[in-house]
Amino acid sequence: MKKKIKKFIRKNPLAFVGIIIWVLFIICAVLSPLIAPYDPYLQDLAVKYQAPNAAHLFGTDSFGRDILSRVIYGARISIPCGLLVVALACVFGTLYGAIAGFFGKAVDEVLMRFADMVMSFPAILLAMALAAAMGRGVGNAVLAIAVVAWPKYARLMRGMVLSAREAEYVTSEKVIGQQKFHVLLHTIIPNCVSSQLVLASTDVGNAILTFAGLSFLGMGVSPPTAEWGYMVSDGVAILEYWWISFFPGAAIFMVSIGANFIGDAVRDILDPRMKNEL
Amino acid sequence: MNMLKYIGRRILLMAVVMLGISIITFCVSHFVPGDPLVANLGQSAMSDPEIVAAYEAKWGLDQPVYIQYINYMKNLLHGDLGTSIRTKQPVLQDLEKYVPATFEMATLATIISIVLGLLFGMISAARHNKLSDHVLRVISLMGISIPAFWLSILCLYVFYLNLRILPGSGRVGAEWLGATFPTGFLLWDAVTCGEPTLFWDALAHLVLPSLVLAASTMGILTRTVRSSMLEVLQQDYLRTARAKGLSERRIMIHHVLKNGLIPSVTMFGLCYGSLLGGTVLVETIFNYPGVGLYAYKAATTLDFPAIMGTTLFIAAVNVLMNFFVDILYALIDPRIRY
Repeated sequence: MKKKIKKFIRKNPLAFVGIIIWVLFIICAVLSPLIAPYDPYLQDLAVKYQAPNAAHLFGTDSFGRDILSRVIYGARISIPCGLLVVALACVFGTLYGAIAGFFGKAVDEVLMRFADMVMSFPAILLAMALAAAMGRGVGNAVLAIAVVAWPKYARLMRGMVLSAREAEYVTSEKVIGQQKFHVLLHTIIPNCVSSQLVLASTDVGNAILTFAGLSFLGMGVSPPTAEWGYMVSDGVAILEYWWISFFPGAAIFMVSIGANFIGDAVRDILDPRMKNEL
Repeated sequence: MNMLKYIGRRILLMAVVMLGISIITFCVSHFVPGDPLVANLGQSAMSDPEIVAAYEAKWGLDQPVYIQYINYMKNLLHGDLGTSIRTKQPVLQDLEKYVPATFEMATLATIISIVLGLLFGMISAARHNKLSDHVLRVISLMGISIPAFWLSILCLYVFYLNLRILPGSGRVGAEWLGATFPTGFLLWDAVTCGEPTLFWDALAHLVLPSLVLAASTMGILTRTVRSSMLEVLQQDYLRTARAKGLSERRIMIHHVLKNGLIPSVTMFGLCYGSLLGGTVLVETIFNYPGVGLYAYKAATTLDFPAIMGTTLFIAAVNVLMNFFVDILYALIDPRIRY
């Protein structure tokens, strides 16, 4: 076991860094009340705009709130939301693509053209429009991003199903008289899951960035929630107090790059054919 | 002839997609929770029955949905994207004002990301698994993972606030603020009017936002170029070329580059949409008067006609861009011409 871990680290040093980053942030998210030195919502105007110091390692913001505590609590929103976006998009996109590929012909044509249409909208813009239409809120932001993110899963799945449909193991299921839907659900989809997972693992960083971007624009969480994207926007007009934007932004960057490091390794392991691609 | 047929088919397909995106924007703007009348007219205009009646007549709100859509489509085809609640101007007129600024920024970002992406990708592939490959891999992943809004703030802090070598916001410095420009494409206007100071001023305002905007596209292109070059480097025809006694330089340029760059062309088309989307974040921070900032202001004031008009417009530009990329792809890769 130890040997295996050592070999993994030697072969995928970046993935190891990514895993450490994620473990740290997940610990922050789960244990935030224990780790955070202050209440993230406690305002103390006597200490506002303090640069990083011994009492406030990341400094304080315009309300005198401790930025370190807010960054720690922020992990509770960004990480689950990023994962939720990917989960929603992946499940929906996978089913959608599977149906398109399995039924083929007109169904395929119509479904995939619709996916193309959704794909032609820049993600953050359509998500912003949807979030504005549905109203501000974490749930709506997650939904808005998922609505924009699913087509790539559908495309990949459709391609996989198209080739799996002709595979011998599917033909033999048909020969023994299995129902069409049974074949789709129990044979084809499980066989295509690993490439969907690869795509999902490389998509987590992206989802977290889009969510933070939406919050930064004021379309995500409502104030005074400790959310990273929203916290970065606190410091835009007051650049001289650099720490207000710097630390929450650094957290987004680290989680996102950690996810991409892990995603790269997941792809190499689960799908050796795609190695070196992308 | 085949090429013409291919282009014809692609135009037809593009028309279908354009029709589809108009249906999507129509649905979003007509099925907003609450009263679409309030959403589209704004609270203040609601008290004026004349405006309400005019709006209802124009969009046929008392008619079935499909008639409403046909009306919407008719207006679209006449270039009517609706009227902005915030600016009280037709959305198309607003967009005309802001497109040149965004076009300049997106073009510069495109050039930066293509140049860097090609360079980094080729170095990575040529030095496969050596130190420079690993360093560039981390750099490209950083480009993909860095939040554009955060990078903008870092750049502003360093280059504007501390080093004071680049301007912080807007398109031009104070001395040009009241001026009117013939086309609105400032770099172009500066060249045609012979105003070198305007040219450098506008360029200085463009540098930071374009660099930030280019970061993620650069990262994706670097990875695509690297992987497709690596694939080409393993091909048998390279051994043949070497056996024929061709020089390494000739092999690199005529055999590796030409074949290796084809997938990057498509990838660039796919990235262009996210580059356009990125303008929303970047323009907001640099207070750069372009389409992205316009969309942001529309979204924060719930100015629905402006949000949906801008979204439709940018999606259409993106579709058009992908159309050209596909044609280019067919031109450089004869295998695609079916």
